[in-house]
Parts: sequence; structure tokens; C-alpha cells
Amino acid sequence: MSLTGLFLILFLIVHCYINAQIFYNDGGVRFNEAAHFMGTNFVIRTVELGLFAFLILHIVQGLLLWAKNRSRRSVGYTVSAGNKTSPWYSRSMALLGTLVLLFLIVHLSKFWGPNRLSQTTGHGELPLYNMMKEEFSNMWVVVIYLCGCFALAWHLVHGFYSAFQTLGMGTHRYKGLIKGTGVAFAIIVPIIFALMPIAFYLQWIA
Amino acid sequence: MEHYNMNLTLKVWKQKNNKAKGAFETYKVSGISSEMSFLEMFDVLNEQLVAENKEPIAFDHDCREGICGMCSMYINGRAHGPWHQTTTCQLHMREYKDGDTIVVEPWRANSFPVIKDLVVDRSAFDRIVAAGGYISVNTGNAQDANCLPVDKQRADESFAAATCIGCGACVAACPNTSAMLFVSAKVSHLALLPQGEPERKSRAVNMIHQMDTEDFGSCTNIGACEAECPKGISLENIARLNREYLGAMFSGSKEA
Repeated sequence: MSLTGLFLILFLIVHCYINAQIFYNDGGVRFNEAAHFMGTNFVIRTVELGLFAFLILHIVQGLLLWAKNRSRRSVGYTVSAGNKTSPWYSRSMALLGTLVLLFLIVHLSKFWGPNRLSQTTGHGELPLYNMMKEEFSNMWVVVIYLCGCFALAWHLVHGFYSAFQTLGMGTHRYKGLIKGTGVAFAIIVPIIFALMPIAFYLQWIA
Repeated sequence: MEHYNMNLTLKVWKQKNNKAKGAFETYKVSGISSEMSFLEMFDVLNEQLVAENKEPIAFDHDCREGICGMCSMYINGRAHGPWHQTTTCQLHMREYKDGDTIVVEPWRANSFPVIKDLVVDRSAFDRIVAAGGYISVNTGNAQDANCLPVDKQRADESFAAATCIGCGACVAACPNTSAMLFVSAKVSHLALLPQGEPERKSRAVNMIHQMDTEDFGSCTNIGACEAECPKGISLENIARLNREYLGAMFSGSKEA
């Protein structure tokens, strides 16, 4: 979970950086350039295969872990400690992960899927910037994206710290740094992602 | 603190044996002193049950001074009750008010099967310790103590880990029933000292292997164990156990 999670965190940084090019508000020139590079570069396309493998591995590992841990307490407690002994998001990683996955299915079917289909069938790349503009003029699409970012944020608050703790780095020297960086990452990255549909919907960028 | 007496309603898990299906039973106790410990309140209830010719409630207890780790009650959703870093025997009735209802359950984990009522079988912990919680000591005269210098910080960290009393609250509180906090304390207290060095790698591998054999759940770093541990064992020990285990695996240590 830890290694695949860290790889997905690295992916989020790259994805966020590339997409943040829209905030130049230059009609999508820089964004399209970056998207063209990411969509056609041989190395990137190869890493993309690895990304899918890691994503699927992360999901499978997560589901197996969830099922295993659930099965270890056949008779549950009548009164539970709730949030008194642990934060809700730490106990809800499977649920949050499932929400992120549902969002991903919607997200990939809107942009990545049609674009790669068009490329492989010889129709070339699709105008992603214009597609974003069009999709994000629909309020419901924006709402789905905001929900996705919300679930991702809470998934990251626990996931970022947990990945390092599993690798044995949660020592008294680094624990605070890891937790702090994790919370900052879990706030900043999802907010930048969330601002993209909002910016298009409210026409902050054209 | 002002002394007062209280009447309480207790909902206690009753289970005949390992195979039987248990259920809650409701009891009323009266005249409980605020200065009693939680276990003394159970003593009063049991004396009352014996006097009524009913079967007393079975519960584990031994030292009653917070160091043996036997008292294992899950009280109103909390391992050892609501007080921080406290065992059930050290939880006092001044926590409760007249008329309160208290729900008492045994530790619930498949690796800790109920023996009777509130008593669970924690021998899985003994088998984990037997798998690696030992050191090699040569026979003959004792060595001069100064020939094994120990860094002060390591000695302190080792001691803090060694305060683990093996009560099982970590497993009981963990939503995954993971025993990682216990195992990490046992591995840490030896791994930090020169005396633990010879078996350092095989210890981590063997104890983790035994933990998995006992069917405990997997750690997902939730942290409920640390919050409920009566001895304040830190999650840093789990990080250390992970380092010990990874280090042992990369150096090719095999299970003994």
C-alpha cells in the first residue's frame, strides 16, 4: 500500500503541475503544449502503463487488506470508541478510496479515455482545453469533481503519513515533519485541482 | 474530592464458554463508593450475585496496581475505560455519577477468543514472545557491567518499550485487531540494547511471522492502539519494527 501510494502521490504532483498551466489564462496555449507532450512522449506513455499497474495494485491491495481486517473481529463491539481514540478518516480509507475510484472512472471517461481512443484510432489528439471548458460549464460535473477532490484530500491526510510510517520513517525526529507535510499536501493539491472546474464554471479563465 | 455513593446499571457480556453464544445481561448495583476501583465495584456485584445464589461474572485480574495487564474490560466503548494511560483496576468510580449505565464487554478479536464472560485467551501474545523475545546469555561469571556501554537515549527508549504489560488493549482498540503495537514494543526493547544484538534480525522476522500465524489483522496506522495503551507505548515503536523487519528481509534473514 505504502509504495504504490507514494507513487500515486508523485503522479498527483505531476498531474497537478501540468493542469495548473490553465491558470496562465492564455486560452490554453501552455496547457495544450504540456498536454501534447504528456500525451505523445514515449517515456511518459511508458510510465503511464506503470501508473495504471500501480493504481490497480493499490486498489487490489487495499481491498484485500480491508477484507482481511474486517474478518478478524467476528463479534463486534456494542459500544464503539468512535472518534475518541482515532480520527474518522484513518478508519475510512477503504470508503474514501472507493469514492476516489468512482470519481476516477467518471474523470477518465471524460478526458483520458476519449483522448487515447482518438489517438489510437488515428484521429489525433483531442482539444483537451476546450473539452474542459465545455465539461465544466455543467454545474453537476463541477459538483462531482469537487466531491472527488474532497474524498482525495481526506484520503491523503491519512495516506501520506501512513506511507512513511509503514516504511519505518515515523521516528520522533521526522514524525512531525511527515505529518505536517502530509496535511499541507492534502490541502494544497486537492484545492488546486478543485479550483480548475470552479475557475472554468465561474469563467475566471476563458 | 468529595466522597459519594452511587447506584448503577451494568450491562455485562455473559458467555458460558468458548463455543457458546454470549449475550448481555443487566445488573443493578447500589451503594457503590466513588473511592472504589472499577474492579472493586465488580467484586461488590459478584458478592451480591453469590448471595443471591447466581453465578458471578468471570473477569481477569491479578495485581490490581496497574502493572500486570490482566484486567481486560472494554468499558462503554473504551479499552480499560475512559481514563488516559490507565488499566481497569486503576479506573476509579469517581468517573461515574449516580444512575449511570455502563456497558462492559470482553476484548473482541478472533485471536483473543472468549474463555468465559469477560475473560479472553491472550496466549497468542505468549507464543509471539516465545518466537523471538529472548536473548543469548553465556553461562559462567557475570561480565563487568561497564563492558557493555549503553547510550542513554537508547536505554530510555528501550525502557519505555519494555513497560508494555501485554494487556492486549492495543488489539482490542484496533479496528483491524492488529497486534503491531505489542510486537513493536517487544522487538524494540531488545533491539535497542547490545544484549539484543545477536538475534536482532531473526527476532523481528520470527515474531512477525508468529503474529501473522496467530491471525491478527494488519496495521493501517490508525493509532487507536497508542491512544488506548495504558503504558503509553508510542507508534514510533511500530516504525522501528517496520525498519527492523525491512532490514532483516533485505539482509536475507530467514524464519527460524
